[in-house]
Order: sequence, then structure tokens, then C-alpha cells
Amino acid sequence: MGYREKSKILEEKELEKIIRRLTHQILEKNLSLEEVCLIGIQRRGVFLAQRIRELIFQIEHKKLPLGIIDITLYRDDLTVIGPTPEVRKTEINFDINGKVVILVDDVLFTGRTVRAALDEIMDFGRPRRIELVVLIDRGHRELPIRADFVGKNIPTASSETVELRLKEIDGRDEVVILEKV
Amino acid sequence: MGEWQKKHLLGLKDLSREEIELILNSAQAFKEVSKREVKKVPALRGKTIINLFFEPSTRTKTSFELAAKRLSADVVNFSSSGSSLAKGETILDTLKNIEAYSVDIFVIRHSFSGAALYLSQRTNSCVVNAGDGQNEHPTQALLDMFTVKEKLGKLEGLKVAIIGDIFHSRVARSNIWGFSKFSSSVYVCGPKTLIPKYFETLPCKITYSLKEALEDAQVVIMLRIQKERMKGVFFSSEREYVNYYSLNEENLKFLPKEALVLHPGPVNWDVEIASSLKERVSNLILEQVSNGLAVRMAVLYLLAEKRGYEVID
Repeated sequence: MGYREKSKILEEKELEKIIRRLTHQILEKNLSLEEVCLIGIQRRGVFLAQRIRELIFQIEHKKLPLGIIDITLYRDDLTVIGPTPEVRKTEINFDINGKVVILVDDVLFTGRTVRAALDEIMDFGRPRRIELVVLIDRGHRELPIRADFVGKNIPTASSETVELRLKEIDGRDEVVILEKV
Repeated sequence: MGEWQKKHLLGLKDLSREEIELILNSAQAFKEVSKREVKKVPALRGKTIINLFFEPSTRTKTSFELAAKRLSADVVNFSSSGSSLAKGETILDTLKNIEAYSVDIFVIRHSFSGAALYLSQRTNSCVVNAGDGQNEHPTQALLDMFTVKEKLGKLEGLKVAIIGDIFHSRVARSNIWGFSKFSSSVYVCGPKTLIPKYFETLPCKITYSLKEALEDAQVVIMLRIQKERMKGVFFSSEREYVNYYSLNEENLKFLPKEALVLHPGPVNWDVEIASSLKERVSNLILEQVSNGLAVRMAVLYLLAEKRGYEVID
């Protein structure tokens, strides 16, 4: 079973503007950055979080703490999926108790990844608040989860996949829709 | 990155280089879990893991127990002393009785070489070999390799010297298989009486000179003198052994400065290693212990879904 590129939804320039807009939305909601931190979900959420962090530094001259989480060990489907997925790095080097956590992921779909991320974050401490920022919301939620900041809403069919490609991993910035072949 | 397909972990002889890398890479992620405030992840919640130890062990058993618990699995420790083995129950019957509790993974240690394979062929559950006789102790070699990879950044093209009671050492055999898969050259060194001839057929070089073994080595693994396994006399006196094969201030000079000194533990100070070297070597030996926990978590995680799979030989 493979995937075929169906259409390109966002180009590099549009992506850049959306990330910039999301950053401003985050800053608007969090006027004080004193207790704010960023946590990116492996893999692409991490790079997005890094870009947001960089923009916040450019705008507010404040460098926020950045954490990385891999949610593989908290997945609800480890029994169901075939091969055991690879576990990547989790690193949160700061205390999250009482902090406002800006959780960053690329695509919001069923909501299960975010559920796993929330459980994992809670094992590290008790944040004051968690705000979710996603680049793409593609619908089809299976859990009552919603994002605070959304880059773009893209209606999709279940058989499709939305993929964010980033310079850091794929060599270019774009968002595409793939369909099963 | 490949996928883990095997149902059991019986030894490193049957693992490919990619499979070993998969375990070591996963272990890196698990090392972080033990640094958290809440040292637990839910990955193996609801799984049942039994430590079936027919031979005494503190380190390995505790390590596996903690690894399973930090993955949220249910663990039961079985040790042969004070069990119905005293009533004459065979190890197979023991396993079958416990298997009735729907066991996902058996972690087995036994004094007979081949015991892990034997039991793996007679159970639906997954089997991890925690040491079978003189055959293999795969998780020990994996943690040794993990330690080396972490410190030196690579496993290829190294000279690895294993010193001591090679004859009775399953750790030596597993390390020989493991390191040779990465094209490192492994030297085994010890008294002639403790290096059987058949080691000439294994991917390692034999030397009876400690100096030759240590020169240009990046990794040295000092093995424990296994008095409890020696039936009969293998060297004329412990002092003679210490004279020729103990690591001390003098012969440490043959070793490159950045060389790693590993030991599976427990260390017999002033037998395998001079106590004057405690400061130089203790830190890494202790790190081996925490690396062992991470490696065992990785192994249990990779195996845990494989219960019930058909084993295709």
C-alpha cells in the first residue's frame, strides 16, 4: 500500500506567513511570557516549535524554554499496529509545574496523538495551562480534543493523508495531501 | 530504521547488525525515562512478565524487574530456591504452570547452555535469555555495546579485549558475536586453561599475553573469575592469575589513555582489577548498570507484542 501526492495545499511563502500569524496569536493570548514554554511533538512538531521560538525571540527578545516529546510510549494502539514503532528522544530539561505549556504539532486528526501528549506531559509535572497549536486541522476527531490556534483547516477524506514537509527533514517547506493507491 | 520481527531474544549470534542497532537506538530513548520524576511510561501496561531465574542473580534480576515495572508491566519473580523445584518439578513443568497465568514474556536464567532455546520451543510466550550456562547473555553484551557507543560514538573498527575466565563466560561469547557484527576485532585473553580450543572457530583472536591484548585497545572488558562455575583446578593459585591477568597501575600503561574499561560485575577487587584503580574505573562500571536498565526496557518493549506469533525457522 502506497501513497500518491494528490495536491499541494500550501507553498513555502504561505507556510511562513501562517507560522508568523500563529506566533502573533500566541503572543496575543499570552501577554506575559514569564511562565511560558514550548513543547514540540516528535517529529515535525519539534521543528515547528523551534521556528515559533525563533520568531518569538525576534519579536519579544525572549528565548522560551523548548521541550521535545515523543509520544510513542503513550500511544493507545501499541497492541493493534503491526511493527513496534521506533521511540525517539524525549527531553524536557525544565520544570513545567505552574507553567503555561504551548504544545505544538503539525497535523490534528483523530486527536489521539494529542491525548497521548497530554498524558505524557502530566507525568512531568502539573502545568498551569496547556494550549495547543497545530498547523493543520484536518477534521475526523475521535476524541473531544480541540486546538487553541490553528494554521489552516483542511477538510479531508479518511483515506487521505495530510503531510507537512519541512526544510529540516524533507528539504522544502510545503503541505500536501496524499491519497492511498 | 528496521522493524523488530523476532519473538525471542536468545543470543546475539542470531541477530543482524540492524537488529542490534534497533535495540541500541531504542535504549537511548528509554534511558531518558529513568531520569524523570515519574519514572514510568504506560507502554507495557497490562502485560505480564515473569522472571524465571533458576540460577542466583541480583543485578540482572533486579534490572529486568525494574525495566518491566517502569514500562508499567506486571512482574513476578521466580527463583528456584524455596520453590517446588525442590519437590522435584522439572523446569518445563515449572514454566508450563506459570504460563497458565497468560504470560507475555519469560525472562530466563539457567545453568544449562541451551536452556533458553529449549524453553522457547515449548511455549507460546516470548523468551528473553538472561544467561544460559556458558552459552550467551545477550542483554549484558548489548549494554556493553550501548556503553561503548555512547562513549566512543561508534561500534565499528574498534579493538575490543576481553580478559579473564573466557571458558565459563557467556558474556564473552555474546560480546564476541555482538562486536564482530560491527567489524570490530575482538581479542580474548586469559590463561591457556581458560580459553578452550574451539574459540579458534569464533570471530575473535586469541592471545595469552595481557600486554598484547591491551595494546591499542579502545575497549577492555574484564571478566569475573567464576569460582562457583569452576569444577577442578584451572590455575595454580589466585595469586598467579592476578600476576598475569589482573588490570593494575603497571599494565594500565599499555592501554591507550581514552580506552574504556568495562566489567559485568560484581568486581572482585584485587583479583580482576587492582583496587588502586577504583577511581579510574568505577564510574563507567556503574554507568553500565543504568545502561543495562535502559537496554532491558528496550528489549522488553520490542518483544512485548510478539506473544502468539508464529516463529518461522
